[in-house]
Amino acid sequence: MSGYLGDVAALARTSLLLELRSRDTVPAMVLFVVSALVVFRFSLPADASDLAALGLLWIAIVFTAILALTRAFVAEREGRVLDGLVLATADRSAIWLGKVVGVLAFLVLAELVALPAFALFFTPLGWETVAAVALANVGIAAVGTLLAAMAAASRARELLLPLLFLPLVIPIVVGGVGASVEPDPSRYLAFLGLYDLIFAILAWASFDYVVAE
Amino acid sequence: MRNSAGPAAALGALVVLGVGLGLALFWAPEDADQGFSQKIFYVHVPIALTAYACFGWGAWKALRLLWTRDGRYDLESYTAVHMGTIFGVLTLVTGSLWAKVSWGIWWSWSERQLVLFLVLFLFYSAYFMLRYSTDPGPRRANMSAVYALFGVVLIPVSFLAIRLAENFIHPVVFTRDGPQMAGSMFFVFCVCLAGMLLLAVALYQAELTGKRLDERLRELREALA
Repeated sequence: MSGYLGDVAALARTSLLLELRSRDTVPAMVLFVVSALVVFRFSLPADASDLAALGLLWIAIVFTAILALTRAFVAEREGRVLDGLVLATADRSAIWLGKVVGVLAFLVLAELVALPAFALFFTPLGWETVAAVALANVGIAAVGTLLAAMAAASRARELLLPLLFLPLVIPIVVGGVGASVEPDPSRYLAFLGLYDLIFAILAWASFDYVVAE
Repeated sequence: MRNSAGPAAALGALVVLGVGLGLALFWAPEDADQGFSQKIFYVHVPIALTAYACFGWGAWKALRLLWTRDGRYDLESYTAVHMGTIFGVLTLVTGSLWAKVSWGIWWSWSERQLVLFLVLFLFYSAYFMLRYSTDPGPRRANMSAVYALFGVVLIPVSFLAIRLAENFIHPVVFTRDGPQMAGSMFFVFCVCLAGMLLLAVALYQAELTGKRLDERLRELREALA
């Protein structure tokens, strides 16, 4: 495989291979999200409704995503290979797409533990919540990867990413919580799809400017 | 660097805003429902629209920067976002005051415009954090520009999200059938909006001139050192 998709596949494969060898990010995400769910269990009053728990699930997902995103460009930064990548790839948005695939894979792995754990601790999940999580993952990975590249170039790094990221994911939380708790989830799911589409195009088109001088 | 647009806009803002506020207080008819407290409408809504205009202007300059790679647009975009944030904070303050007078509460989550401005305030505060923690140069200019562009896209997306999420009590004045108010009220509103926009232009010019002078001074100091 060559060309654009070849670059994307090579970069995504590198992320996954590095994770498979070092195992620093996904186990940390899993442990974090399960700990967060336990903390949420004790922060809710005993007679709290399941709706409140469903809202907290979205906080757990967003905060777990921040863990994956802060690690997204660490290997490149420590190995000082980002400049090399920028020069090597024909189209720099391939770096973004490769990273998005990696982040998406980590998120899905963490959620494969988190969603059953949530169902066990709180309340069973409907198809609409799972669909909303899947749609939200795309938006989180698309926007988050671009912001992670920005944060990696700043002095504040890990400190800056949540500040840049949280205001932008408020619409995702609105859509996700709406799809989980409202009787008619379809318009919330449609909204999440719209968000994914708009911000994925925007991030894809602007990544070049973020990594290049 | 001579700049005559700034003083002219400042003078215009003083006159138009003065006339507009005078008309709003003494000439525009009192609202049948809300009484005198409705007068804050002539300040609050123009400030909010001016904030949007500033964010839009900043995003336009950001787009120009990415398009032409001309560094001077960076400062212009930054100054516009700076002004937008100031007007955004004023929107939050005046909106909160109006909410207290009309509904007896300082803050209401069902007030979608205020919630939107809160989201935007957080977003653009992060813009300043990004700028202050990155070394000056073309990379910072590009990143700020991309983030400013995300801002103008976030405005309609957040608006939609808040609309989805909340049931609202905010009075809707501008509907698809045109403004729902008396002709004289609309006239006064337009005068106030024009005044507020002129004020934003004057502030923008003053801030931009100051920032350019700072930059020039820094260059001269470096040349001397």
